[in-house]
Amino acid sequence: MGNTSSMLTQYDIEEVQSHCQDLFEQQEILLSLYQRFCQLDRNFAMNPLSLRLLKMVDGLNFKDFVAFLSAFSAKASLKQKVKLIFQVYDSDCNGKVSFKDIIEVLRDLSGSFMSDEQREQVLSQVLNEAGYTNDSFLTLEDFIKVFGSCKPEMDVEIPVD
Amino acid sequence: MSSTAGKLVTSRSELELDHPNIEDYLPSGSSINEPRGKLRLRDLLDISPTLTEAAGAIVDDSFTRCFKSNPPEPWNWNIYLFPLWCCGVVVRYCLLFPLRCITLAFGWFIFLSTFIPVHSLLKGQDRLRKKIERVLVEMICSFFVASWTGVVRYHGPRPSIRPKQVYVANHTSMIDFIVLEQMTAFAVIMQKHPGWVGLLQSTILESVGCIWFNRSEAKDREIVARKLRNHVQGTDNNPLLIFPEGTCVNNNYTVMFKKGAFELDCTVCPIAIKYNKIFVDAFWNSRKQSFTMHLLQLMTSWAVVCEVWYLEPQTIRPGETAIEFAERVRDMISHRAGLKKVPWDGYLKYSRPSSKHSERKQQSFAESILARLEEK
Repeated sequence: MGNTSSMLTQYDIEEVQSHCQDLFEQQEILLSLYQRFCQLDRNFAMNPLSLRLLKMVDGLNFKDFVAFLSAFSAKASLKQKVKLIFQVYDSDCNGKVSFKDIIEVLRDLSGSFMSDEQREQVLSQVLNEAGYTNDSFLTLEDFIKVFGSCKPEMDVEIPVD
Repeated sequence: MSSTAGKLVTSRSELELDHPNIEDYLPSGSSINEPRGKLRLRDLLDISPTLTEAAGAIVDDSFTRCFKSNPPEPWNWNIYLFPLWCCGVVVRYCLLFPLRCITLAFGWFIFLSTFIPVHSLLKGQDRLRKKIERVLVEMICSFFVASWTGVVRYHGPRPSIRPKQVYVANHTSMIDFIVLEQMTAFAVIMQKHPGWVGLLQSTILESVGCIWFNRSEAKDREIVARKLRNHVQGTDNNPLLIFPEGTCVNNNYTVMFKKGAFELDCTVCPIAIKYNKIFVDAFWNSRKQSFTMHLLQLMTSWAVVCEVWYLEPQTIRPGETAIEFAERVRDMISHRAGLKKVPWDGYLKYSRPSSKHSERKQQSFAESILARLEEK
């Protein structure tokens, strides 16, 4: 190919590949991602969770950016995908998801179309049914248990030009 | 120079006005929480569809790539190939180009000397006049195609004149129209252009029954829709050709089809056009080139090689919306011509939609959750 991404060397690409556990194997994918990484539009709000996701990738360097997105690869395991979902809920990154954390994500998802009481009511009900209380903290293991064996459909295809 | 600059500016705003009304395309159902039944903790925690969409937006910007024309890799970069290329340039510019201009001028001469008398003298006998004009328009288009050394292969049954049918094709350049018109005199729906193109439009194309629209007029849509309906009902009108993409795309992708052509209540006959890029890149980037420059570029290349497939006519299935029908036809055309389909929400990524899209998603999520809560 005539054009090379001027910032990335072969060493960089291999380092990034190993950091994301080889979930993105093709080098072209990484080059394509690098271009997107450099042009990321911070104000983009296409869907209720866009801003939240963008905030999570905001401070990252390219290596961590790819590692973060590797959960969306078709080859990623159930555990890796659920871990990403857990990280979206765990906004203060303390390893535990509280009632309040889930309510916040629910608020993003439902906006003004549900009242706060309705959200709390719904969440309390399903938590109780699953055997938790309003005060319990959910860990990654709890999340994995809740998701069971059914892998969430979370695959994104990275286009290569 | 200023006239071309003026043209470029209008073209950019044309592209922006061109965006279909996105609200029409927002999916009516919710993709989140599709399964019905009692609400469980997992359903609430499973944000994967929304997350996937958000991640897709971070990772992909597929809309702008439809309008990029990748310049071909230069092959004349060393001492052996460069003289060959120079010879090629000499042949193309000094031999082929004059020959082509002469052919075109000759064609125009024949055309005008027959068209003008026929148009004015045979005013009374409409049917005969229309028949002759049809043949003449097909002829001048053949001359145009010959002037670029066009090699066109047509596959499939030729279009026929029947009521209640409309033809749709993917769009790469204005020459799509000429290539198709060479075989059958279509009536096309087009934007009225200024300059010499506009003159041609109002005189010659008027005779085949073309319909004009004006992008900047809001009420225009209804008027045009009505004209389209009238046209397809008529038995003697030339078959109607519509380019539902509404804009020129670079012949590697297809963008979303506008639904206007698919709600006319008639059979839709898809046509797929694919240009062979080895000879010339036929994509007309109206932001970068005026039509005259584009034509000159074609006339100084080796050849324009393309394939045209006339595909099987389709009718709307019961229970199908116009948009689903349009997508189905787009599938057929993209598959046949080997083009990649840009997902419809590529438009959203390009035009930074209002919060309405996000709000719609929130609304459907909330409604679905509350509805499932009722189910005990």
